[in-house]
Amino acid sequence: MFNDSLPTFWSIWVAIITLIVILGCLWLVLAVKKSEKYKEETEHTVGHAFDGIEEFDNPLPRWWYMKFLGTIVFGLGYLVLYPGLGNFQGILNWSSTGQWQEEMAAAEVKYGPVFAAFGEKSIEELAKDPAALEVGGRLFANNCAVCHGSGAKGAYGFPNLTDEDWLYGGSPEKIKESLNLGRMANMPAWQGILGDAGIEETSHYVVSLSGRAHDEALAAKGQAHFQTYCAACHMPTGQGMQMLGAPNLTDDVWLYKAPNLTVLESVKQTLRHGRQGVMPAQLPRLGEDKVHLLTAYVYSLSQK
Amino acid sequence: MKSHEYIEKRLGLLGALIIVVISFGGLAEIVPLFHMSKTTTPIEGMKPWSALQLEGRDIYIREGCHVCHTQMVRPFRAETERYGHYSVAGESVWERPFLWGSKRTGPDLARLGGKYSDDWHRAHMYNPRDVVPESNMPSFPWLFTKTLTGEDTAQKMRVMQTLGVPYTDEEIEVARETVHGKTEIEALIAYLQGLGLAMKDR
Repeated sequence: MFNDSLPTFWSIWVAIITLIVILGCLWLVLAVKKSEKYKEETEHTVGHAFDGIEEFDNPLPRWWYMKFLGTIVFGLGYLVLYPGLGNFQGILNWSSTGQWQEEMAAAEVKYGPVFAAFGEKSIEELAKDPAALEVGGRLFANNCAVCHGSGAKGAYGFPNLTDEDWLYGGSPEKIKESLNLGRMANMPAWQGILGDAGIEETSHYVVSLSGRAHDEALAAKGQAHFQTYCAACHMPTGQGMQMLGAPNLTDDVWLYKAPNLTVLESVKQTLRHGRQGVMPAQLPRLGEDKVHLLTAYVYSLSQK
Repeated sequence: MKSHEYIEKRLGLLGALIIVVISFGGLAEIVPLFHMSKTTTPIEGMKPWSALQLEGRDIYIREGCHVCHTQMVRPFRAETERYGHYSVAGESVWERPFLWGSKRTGPDLARLGGKYSDDWHRAHMYNPRDVVPESNMPSFPWLFTKTLTGEDTAQKMRVMQTLGVPYTDEEIEVARETVHGKTEIEALIAYLQGLGLAMKDR
């Protein structure tokens, strides 16, 4: 850990300057008070005039004088109670991180048992527990909604979590794995290997898998490319492989269908440039308790 | 009040004494920090910004990101729950200028690295409303078309090196070619994804 304290010389340096400034203020206000020529308001001026503006030689207003002295007393009191004079920590021994630790400890007393109780239950149980889903829903809104949407229905490039279609598996275990460790998809770019014609042919074959309109002749040629290059991850049937996060191409779910393009054109774009979808790991940020509740919440979304 | 009048009527003397009085604050609050290991030692595992990240950081400054986003997690539970570990002095040792900011219109970014995917950042920077409907952040579409020349990158790193950032001469030598031709959005995202990484596991 770091050495929190100042070297002795600098500690004394800070203390001396601080006290000089405060005592200097005290001297100043007392000296001004002492040198007052008149003890009450008079018509006397200090004797100079600028543009016809003159200055009364009045004593310091009493309230102002008392407030000035008050700030000095307050300052000295503060330095006794709180850190300020070099390495002297003050008799209250207060620190900002100490205050934070107290806050955290108080929260642990309050919320620790709540999370512990949820932690003992299985994901399936929690997915039916309204209290757990309420907490899970808040966690989702704070941590997941910016990508997956507040309704968890996903967006262009971000999966819908409310349907039956899962890239990496929709069991409680698999959802938790995705949350804990994150996911890194890696669909390579095929432009260099397939060329323009190959991309055209393969994409017609890919959309034919889900029964979409396609060109028979192109799709027939595309099938050969598909079996050579794509089947290893997407399987020969095109139904995908959850172990690799390779999507099922035979259904009607298109993660990368661009809002301004057709499915066919979107598939071409994907084939040309590849896709590298990333789900960030949540365990380091949120911890086990919260990931457990989030898993239950996400699991519940597709269980209706 | 004679001495008071004496000083007030001599501008040079008045100025000099004002400087003495004002300097007390800096002498007590700033100077000792140069001699405190907590504020001068980088935290363990911290790496200097890469050439691309350094360029991204300059884009962050150019676009005024620090005007609406802080990079300073304060030690309050409300903040550490949302953003992660509170900021410590050792994280900013190589930050020149520091980008702590003073106002949060958007969220704090001190622990942003790894929180979202690169794709999300691209979508968000192109049009924030696409991913956060209620966002009032401006769009930055030009970052996607403007590319970096890398002309000044080595010089910037050399300046940082002079100021104590441990860049090696080899890193500086290849700086131009590593950033040349990259889009500004790539540089900015590389920077954003590096924010707070050294404190990630604490």
